[in-house]
Amino acid sequence: MTTTFPPSSAGPPDKVALGAIGWMRKNLFNSWLNGILSLVILYFFVSIGLSLFQWATTTAQWEVIPANWPLYFAGRYPSEQYWRLWMIVGIIATLSGLSWGVLARNSPKVYGIGGLFALGGLTLFSFIAPTPIPYRLLMVGMVILLAATTWVGHQAGRSVPSLGKWVSFAWMASFFVVMWLMAGGFGLPPVSTNNWGGLLLTLFISVVSIFLCFPLGILLALGRQSTLPVIRLISVLYIEIVRGVPLIAILFIGQNMIPLFLPTGIRPANVLRAIIGLTIFSAAYLAENVRGGIQAIPRGQIEASNALGINSFLTTLFIVLPQALKVSIPAIVGQFISLFQDTTLLSIVSILELLGIGRSVLANPNFIGRYWEVYLFVGVIYWLFCYLMSLGSRRIEKSLTTSH
Amino acid sequence: MVPNSDREEKIPIWRDERFWKIALQVFVLVAVILIVSTLFGNAFRTLQQQGRQFNFNFLGNPASFNIGESVIPYQAQDPYWKAFLVGLVNTLRLILVGFVLTTVFGVLTGIASFSNNWLLRKLSQVYVELIRNTPLLLQLFVWYFGVVFGLAGNEPRQILGSFFITKLNGGGVFIPWMASTSTAYISLGLLVAAIVALFVIWQWRLKIMETQGASGKPQQMAMLVIGAIALLLLVIGLNWQTPQPNETGVITGGLRMSLEYAAILGGLFFYTGAFIAEIVRAGIQSVSRGQWEAARALGLNAGFVMRLVVFPQALRVIIPSLNSQYMNLAKNSSLALAIGYPDIYSTASTTFNQTGRPIEVFFIIAATYLSINLVISLVMNRLNQSVQLMER
Repeated sequence: MTTTFPPSSAGPPDKVALGAIGWMRKNLFNSWLNGILSLVILYFFVSIGLSLFQWATTTAQWEVIPANWPLYFAGRYPSEQYWRLWMIVGIIATLSGLSWGVLARNSPKVYGIGGLFALGGLTLFSFIAPTPIPYRLLMVGMVILLAATTWVGHQAGRSVPSLGKWVSFAWMASFFVVMWLMAGGFGLPPVSTNNWGGLLLTLFISVVSIFLCFPLGILLALGRQSTLPVIRLISVLYIEIVRGVPLIAILFIGQNMIPLFLPTGIRPANVLRAIIGLTIFSAAYLAENVRGGIQAIPRGQIEASNALGINSFLTTLFIVLPQALKVSIPAIVGQFISLFQDTTLLSIVSILELLGIGRSVLANPNFIGRYWEVYLFVGVIYWLFCYLMSLGSRRIEKSLTTSH
Repeated sequence: MVPNSDREEKIPIWRDERFWKIALQVFVLVAVILIVSTLFGNAFRTLQQQGRQFNFNFLGNPASFNIGESVIPYQAQDPYWKAFLVGLVNTLRLILVGFVLTTVFGVLTGIASFSNNWLLRKLSQVYVELIRNTPLLLQLFVWYFGVVFGLAGNEPRQILGSFFITKLNGGGVFIPWMASTSTAYISLGLLVAAIVALFVIWQWRLKIMETQGASGKPQQMAMLVIGAIALLLLVIGLNWQTPQPNETGVITGGLRMSLEYAAILGGLFFYTGAFIAEIVRAGIQSVSRGQWEAARALGLNAGFVMRLVVFPQALRVIIPSLNSQYMNLAKNSSLALAIGYPDIYSTASTTFNQTGRPIEVFFIIAATYLSINLVISLVMNRLNQSVQLMER
């Protein structure tokens, strides 16, 4: 005889809509300890917030930022050559817009909520930035360029499937164009690297270092995994020694010992020495991240590839590395964010990147003691860049996840 | 099928994999040796042209610089090796206290991100996102110029009841500390002995309660008595001194930490604490939800669930990552150069500026930091082994 069960009440339980008081009771005050803790934290934050607001509007002297605005962003770049920097911003805006459009080609909305917020924020910033009006108009123009190329990329990405490859190729070509525009030569008046500074120099050093440390890091990771004892020993020695020494020691060596190591008479620019130091340092960390990715690939992949008759070099190139790099993307982007933050150490070896410019502005007798204003401004710039990069990394990770 | 002739087919040498393996290694070895010898050859030749030798004899010469703060007695005429020793002691003093503070702070913040109090969760998340995305050097400057100099004034200022901070007479942050009399040190020794005794009796009590079914009451009495003695020793025997400013503004009593030490300690533990909080959060998330639910079903409240069930399992995932964070803290302490705290790196930098010997000074620095990192790795590996799953 089958047992019949009484009919259960239909549907899932009702969702209780909590009002504001109910939400506070559930999340903030649900026990005595929590209640006291919530009150203490609220009091703490309200008092700090009020005193911060009071400081920001009364005792803080914000002139230190508008007065040195070009210094923060371009260092001592000659002002009559600023049009070259604006061309670089234009090229980057165009390519970023195209890449964004191509990456988002499958979504129905072109921009998405986050994108609209970002565009709105940029426009707002262009309106309130303390620069002369023509530059503000130029910035608004760049934002419009970004939005337009995103739309173009979105539309074209659907009709031309291989647009992504062309955009990647354009990024690589743009690197050389940007270098030509920044440094001069071949028809443009040259600007010495000693005059580069501020956010321009920070971005340049970070991008070049990460670009150069990629091949070196991958070679070291493969070398460490290798079965050949000599190569393995050299890779391990390099990675362990470079990871054991603080970055500032490597930067000092870069500044002081590179002229010693080269034949007499050759004195590379300070910026070049800094880039070499940062590349050597990042390659060791990148090698460890990529090694983690390589170890995550099941042995069956290599065995299947050998069974197909593919030799080990091609196996590594076409089977192992693409999968390893995809797995280690979060770690690699984390490494890039650390590298971006580590460029601040260059201010100790007297290279005037963004933090170095901040310190030299503070050494100006007119602006003595304006620590909080300058460091807050510089800190917000760094925070924005790093936070956006980490958001982008989560996005890339999500879009490349092929597992279900 | 007839097997082939027993004479093995001769493979041409350029198609033999063993040859290529050896050839590749020889090639790489020769290339590396060539590059290294060219670089160092250039360096030695340039040094010789400038009249400098490569040796470590300079370590016996008198260092002619003062060191801002030193635990062991040091004068400007002492030799360079003593200056390095002072720097090393300063670095160790910073790192060891930093380890304790950052672990406590990071673990508490990581656990707070699972609290059922919304404000505490959001506070922990905001802290981690803010601190991880700002450069460490910038944070150190904010701590030194903003916080420490902002709080310290020309008059001794009292903070939170019993802490004093001042810029007078070299400046310092003064915290209540035990006296330096011999009775205080004897009390400290007895206190440590009492704590060890408590731990031993506690483990013994648990063991006999589990294996013999004993009641554990005599051990409980013993623990209470020793606990009371330890409490008395702690409160009275150590003879706590609170810092007090006298009429001229000089602060007496208590322990003095220099402003630079306070700033770099604060910056380092605050920064590394954010990374440790993320590691702890990932570790706790790796424990399956079933453990939480089963523990709640057994009637344990949230605090006990975290302490007895979830956190010990999370430790397995947390400790390997903690290793690299501790090494990062040890290496980041070299940024004391920017603040003016005389750790080993800043001593080495001054030595290099005075003697102009980059390669020797770099060897000393590399050896020091590599040994520190090696010791940290060894300790953490031992700790790691003790929390890993025992598999048969």
